[in-house]
Amino acid sequence: MNHTVLIGLGVLIAILTVVAALGLLPSLRIVPDNTHFDFTRFRRISFPISAALSIVAITLFFTHGLNLGIDFKGGTLLEVRAKSGAADIAAMRTTLDGLRLGEVQLQQFGGPENVLIRVAEQPGGDTAQQAAVQKVRTALGDSIEYRRVEVLGPRVAGELLAYGMLGLMLAIVAILIYLWFRFEWQFALGAMIANVHDIVLTIGFMSISQVDFDLTSIAALLTILGYSLNDTVVIYDRIREMLRRYKKMPMPQLLNESINSTLSRSIITHVTVTLALLALLLFGGHAIHSFTAVMMFGVVLVGTYTSIFIAAPILIYLGVGEHREDAPDTATPAKKNKA
Amino acid sequence: MLYFTRWRALGIILTALIVCLCAVPNFFPEAQVKTWPAWAQRRLVLGLDLQGGSYLLLEVDSNYVKKERLDQVRDDVRRTLRDAKIGFTGGVTVRNDAAEVRITKETDVQPALAKLRELSQPLGGLMGSSGQRDLEVTDAGGGVIRLSIPQAAMLDRMRKTIEQSIQIVERRVNELGTVEPVIQRQGNDRILVQVPGLQDPTRLKELLGKTAKMEFRMVDTSVPPDQAQQGRLPPESDLLMSASPPPTPYVVKKQVLVAGGDLTDAQASFDQRTGEPVVSFKFNTSGARKFSQATQENVGLPFAIVLDNKVISAPVIREPITGGQGQISGNFTVQSANDLAILLRAGALPAPLTVVEERTVGPGLGQDSIEKGELAAYVGSILVIIFMLVTYRLFGVFANIAVAINVAMIFGLLSLLNATLTLPGIAGIVLTVGIAVDSNVLIYERIREELRGGRNAISAIDAGFKRALATILDSNITTFIAAAVLFYIGTGPVRGFAVTLGIGIITTVFTAFTLTRLIVAGWVRWKRPQSVPI
Repeated sequence: MNHTVLIGLGVLIAILTVVAALGLLPSLRIVPDNTHFDFTRFRRISFPISAALSIVAITLFFTHGLNLGIDFKGGTLLEVRAKSGAADIAAMRTTLDGLRLGEVQLQQFGGPENVLIRVAEQPGGDTAQQAAVQKVRTALGDSIEYRRVEVLGPRVAGELLAYGMLGLMLAIVAILIYLWFRFEWQFALGAMIANVHDIVLTIGFMSISQVDFDLTSIAALLTILGYSLNDTVVIYDRIREMLRRYKKMPMPQLLNESINSTLSRSIITHVTVTLALLALLLFGGHAIHSFTAVMMFGVVLVGTYTSIFIAAPILIYLGVGEHREDAPDTATPAKKNKA
Repeated sequence: MLYFTRWRALGIILTALIVCLCAVPNFFPEAQVKTWPAWAQRRLVLGLDLQGGSYLLLEVDSNYVKKERLDQVRDDVRRTLRDAKIGFTGGVTVRNDAAEVRITKETDVQPALAKLRELSQPLGGLMGSSGQRDLEVTDAGGGVIRLSIPQAAMLDRMRKTIEQSIQIVERRVNELGTVEPVIQRQGNDRILVQVPGLQDPTRLKELLGKTAKMEFRMVDTSVPPDQAQQGRLPPESDLLMSASPPPTPYVVKKQVLVAGGDLTDAQASFDQRTGEPVVSFKFNTSGARKFSQATQENVGLPFAIVLDNKVISAPVIREPITGGQGQISGNFTVQSANDLAILLRAGALPAPLTVVEERTVGPGLGQDSIEKGELAAYVGSILVIIFMLVTYRLFGVFANIAVAINVAMIFGLLSLLNATLTLPGIAGIVLTVGIAVDSNVLIYERIREELRGGRNAISAIDAGFKRALATILDSNITTFIAAAVLFYIGTGPVRGFAVTLGIGIITTVFTAFTLTRLIVAGWVRWKRPQSVPI
């Protein structure tokens, strides 16, 4: 089925390409030209909303916590599939409970033949985890296919968590330094606030949805960071350009103009990223499911909102453009001031 | 912005073409690529999550290494002081990272210090000139001399232990007959073992989990084992248990007649009389001499074959064994005889290894992941391509050509680097398609704006490129920083994601700055457009 669909889509692309090259397609404007939305006025609503959401997210983090995956918690995870027919979860549960390995979770996913087994971390360090997985394998026997087995000792799990967090901080600091170098410090600070806002909300999402928080989640968070900044930088670039060009324009208006003139790009880009993520979410399989779900939330929902409603308006409070007439052009980097 | 010299245009096209061509070996079967010249053999490596296999992270027990070193120091101290006829009370104690000895006579302390300092050797290797030594001998006051191991010496010892362990691990893994295992040092005390295609690492873990310290020692017949168990163990003997059930105690002398290091070969075979699986072995010359001498002196007495402090068997020496070879029988199955032979051939690990992380992916799941990843990548790309065509029409065609070349270049670069493709890595490529399109969107939207600002077609295109490219650079560098950090902290699949994301950003910037411009410039030269259909 999949191949016919793919071939069909390929043919569609070929036809569209020819039609487009011949100039026969009507022009499609997703965002009309010359929009004039007053985005900055929304800051009186968006800032309190963001603050409230951040508080909710932080509260959730402390009350619900994150569903730490095996990478960070340690323990054993087995993904098994019955060699024929549906897996008998009840029988497997009885067998595994008989092993007295503490908390054992069994969960069906993606079809009746697949079962995910999680065995809590065993007391007694690394060798105890190994002994546990050996017991499970022996008890379940050869009637099932072992599709994935992961065993992590408590120390490695702790190290991975520390490393992941360290990486996240490191990325934020590195990007901050870069922005400081390329823009003025207010921009760097604004981007950083937007950044932390993104991460806090996404962590709130992970807490609510209780998706596994593991190494791939850190990867998702870092990607969200990259994308959101990508967006923010595009708008900041425009703001900087406008600041040089219009020395007397009031800041709220200047910010609005900047956001509006990049709006079409923001939306088109987000449609394309959403399309790519949608494909991963629908067809990428469960191994990267939580990864793409988190990314969808972070990039598509939070990232765009942040760039437009937080990162740009916050520059007003950070005092960008207040002293333009006093200090024309001297504070700007030497590059790119031909406008 | 729209003018390219002929040579520059040629250079850009050639660069893109060469990078794309690097991806070619991936489309041929591996066996065929193997026959090509070495420079053409670079290709993508599938990660363990896609091809299936086992990943083990082993840790060398640093406490064991330290304790073993201190035990050795203790023996050295005893011997040195005895040889020098210096009296000490209470024996040599090993506690808290140091060995301590109390010298009986006050006047002996200085000579003892001088003698014991001779035990301390300068650290070898490239750092030998640093003046560091492998033992610190200090006067702790009250006649107590303290011998501790400095940090640098400990690190040096760990480094050597890891190096030796890696060699042994390599030999043991290779005995399993697996394809292209990867064995690497990780950090100060860990070894990473990746075995593609291995579905059940149980046997591998068993092989790696044994130190395989083999010793031939005499059984101490002066005390029956049950009395020794009640605490009447002679100081020169150990109480060891049997390797096979039921656990039987043996009293075995501490002195080692011959050690496993003197073995040159070991093979699993069958006993000619009983038909049981046995392991036959050969000693080297010095081992053969020691063994023959020991057996001559002890005819009629039992000796113990000890592996990792467990007694495999304790046969009685019927006659001197002078040929330098023999066989071990001890309730083996064919498999366990084979495993013991492997362990003996590969040699003993200098310190025990513990598995601290294990990840195994079965071939079924790997294949599923490849199929799903491919499907998602196709569908994602197709959706994006259609969207771009509908949105930008002719310029959408340009963008799609640029993105297609971009993706081909990603595969080219990944192959050139022999990079590992993982499932998150495929996700990274799909996301790169999103970013790559974004650079085109930035340029096109800027052109639209410049057109609205009243510029003519060519000047709008020129200004659009000029202004958008700076933004593209800025925005991509931030994402690249995130990818670089991810590469640094990540392992396995996550690192694969970082690699594709990072390479994707590089190719995206390259395409935006050169290819997209070249395509549009070509179109402008050809058409001399009055308006831009964008």
